[in-house]
Amino acid sequence: MEAFTTHTGRAVPLRRSNVDTDQIIPAHWLKKVTRDGFEDGLFEAWRKDPEFVLNRPERQGATVLVAGPDFGTGSSREHAVWALQNFGFKTVVSSRFADIFRGNSLKNGLLTVVLEQKTVDALWELTEADPTVEVTVDLQRREVRAPGVTAPFELDENSRWRLLNGLDDISITLREEEHIAAYEVSRPSHKPRTLQG
Amino acid sequence: MGRTLAEKVWDDHVVRRAEGEPDLLFIDLHLLHEVTSPQAFDGLRKAGRPVRRLDLTIATEDHNTPTLDIDKPIADPVSRAQLETLRRNCAEFGVRLHPLGDVEQGVVHVVGPQLGLTQPGTTVVCGDSHTSTHGAFGALAFGIGTSQVEHVLATQTLPMTRPKTMAITVDGELPEGVTAKDLILAIIARIGTGGGQGYVLEYRGSAIEQLSMEARMTICNMSIEAGARAGMIAPDQTTFDYLKGRPHAPEGEDWDAAVAYWKTLRTDEDAVFDAEVVIDAARLAPFVTWGTNPGQGAPLSASVPDPASYEDASERLAAENALTYMGLTAGQPLREIAVDTVFVGSCTNGRIEDLRSAAAVLDGRKVADGVRMLVVPGSVRVALQAVEEGLDKVFTGAGAEWRHAGCSMCLGMNPDQLAPGERSASTSNRNFEGRQGKGGRTHLVSPQVAAATAVLGHLASPADLTEAAAPATAGV
Repeated sequence: MEAFTTHTGRAVPLRRSNVDTDQIIPAHWLKKVTRDGFEDGLFEAWRKDPEFVLNRPERQGATVLVAGPDFGTGSSREHAVWALQNFGFKTVVSSRFADIFRGNSLKNGLLTVVLEQKTVDALWELTEADPTVEVTVDLQRREVRAPGVTAPFELDENSRWRLLNGLDDISITLREEEHIAAYEVSRPSHKPRTLQG
Repeated sequence: MGRTLAEKVWDDHVVRRAEGEPDLLFIDLHLLHEVTSPQAFDGLRKAGRPVRRLDLTIATEDHNTPTLDIDKPIADPVSRAQLETLRRNCAEFGVRLHPLGDVEQGVVHVVGPQLGLTQPGTTVVCGDSHTSTHGAFGALAFGIGTSQVEHVLATQTLPMTRPKTMAITVDGELPEGVTAKDLILAIIARIGTGGGQGYVLEYRGSAIEQLSMEARMTICNMSIEAGARAGMIAPDQTTFDYLKGRPHAPEGEDWDAAVAYWKTLRTDEDAVFDAEVVIDAARLAPFVTWGTNPGQGAPLSASVPDPASYEDASERLAAENALTYMGLTAGQPLREIAVDTVFVGSCTNGRIEDLRSAAAVLDGRKVADGVRMLVVPGSVRVALQAVEEGLDKVFTGAGAEWRHAGCSMCLGMNPDQLAPGERSASTSNRNFEGRQGKGGRTHLVSPQVAAATAVLGHLASPADLTEAAAPATAGV
């Protein structure tokens, strides 16, 4: 996983709430068996409209998605995170994320930043007034900065440490092998097994 | 202080706990399907890691499987590739798989419970958000992403942050004709699609205790639509009776030990929930959605709401967008909305009891002209049971299509899709834009409402049929 320390880039204002993962990446894209090549499926239905914000020339190359509340609801598909990353987004800002989406994003190094809606509103106004404005998401200081905006954000210390160092969860867990083995020995015999005998 | 059901199950699975870190939880059962597993197996292969516990892992094919001509090669090359990838991965790593054509194949959340693998007090995960279904047994069950699928395959554990708990107490009796589906749609409309975020929901109260396992699964299934990763119901005699004798249920002394343990899985009297919601069952009515998220619902007797009536600006905008997409006007009575497609099936309502209740409404009646009705059993076992009871004949006799098991039109990854502008009454769980096919419009309903809607051609409940011709034969 790529480490995330600080990122500065232009923003895309997505003024919609309840953006579900079916909108982020429609189901027919889930048939791929790799983690890349999802960029063309990102917001596929909405991108058919030339006026959709992601299609606007001034938004090309932007890397910070500023979305409405309840971003990433619905299906658990991690492809939604890959699609955002494949497209070039490094971070998503919203006042509220769906739990599974948030977990998926942090595991893949896509930093999801929770800010108060009034700060999200301020970022929308800034980037709509001037699309060249850059937004900085600083994970070291846990702070979002843009002209006239300085907003701290919360992220638990463990997730922050993993992101800053680009550490993969499985190798961290496998250091606990002894604990896992000890737990396995203690499991009662009535627990279900998928293989008989 | 006492503990809630969720806290008890959580505590029993902590492999390691450390200050400032997520708990490392042991996973008792890992369910796999073809959509969210290929990249996980690929990750294992690249790292040279085996599957740690093949005896706690099981796979089935459901999302992409066709529901017609299942003996022929799958026409869509991409669907076929995904199923073939799962078969190859399961063979290479040694995972038990129930492929298309196998008697145990079906929607993963129907298969786990019917095999008796889903048991009270277990932790169950699957790369699928509707894993919350299994909470109906008092299991802690939640959907995970593909990275976590790989993590569980490699370690049989997951690092997880302890969720908060919310009690949803439903007291009283559900009125005649009001089902578990109506109840959960009403709950989601009440707390919103984000209302359960960060919580495990525990459904309790006298109305919940009276429900069958199938109905409990319908409720827990849609916990995710309220934003909660998991929903649970305390196990009781109904749960034990359902499990007894199933292929993977404990036997003999193990059964006795299991039941003794399962009986401890109740929220203590003095336990404190982080949030509580109380619902009066007696005041509920058949419920349908009018919008493009599962929280945008109303009683069938109501009308399409006016977006201007929402105080919250983002809800107002969401309602405006929904009406545009759905092609509806504020003030239009929900009963007057005509549909061209009816879908009965999915992990929400594709179990035998759901098929029975839809068949009971259809028996002796006909699907309206111009309406296409698809009945897709949740699993091959459900299909066989339905055939044994003659339900398939009731459906085909009424003019509905009786199909093979799978996820089907719930999300249209297989050929079962809505065409642009088509409108469905669907017993599935999501009415998102394009979910059932590009440009398709979805109204979420119960199996009874689905069947009545098929007969009348517009959203309707079985009570609306009494004015139409009486059934020619007795009910199923």
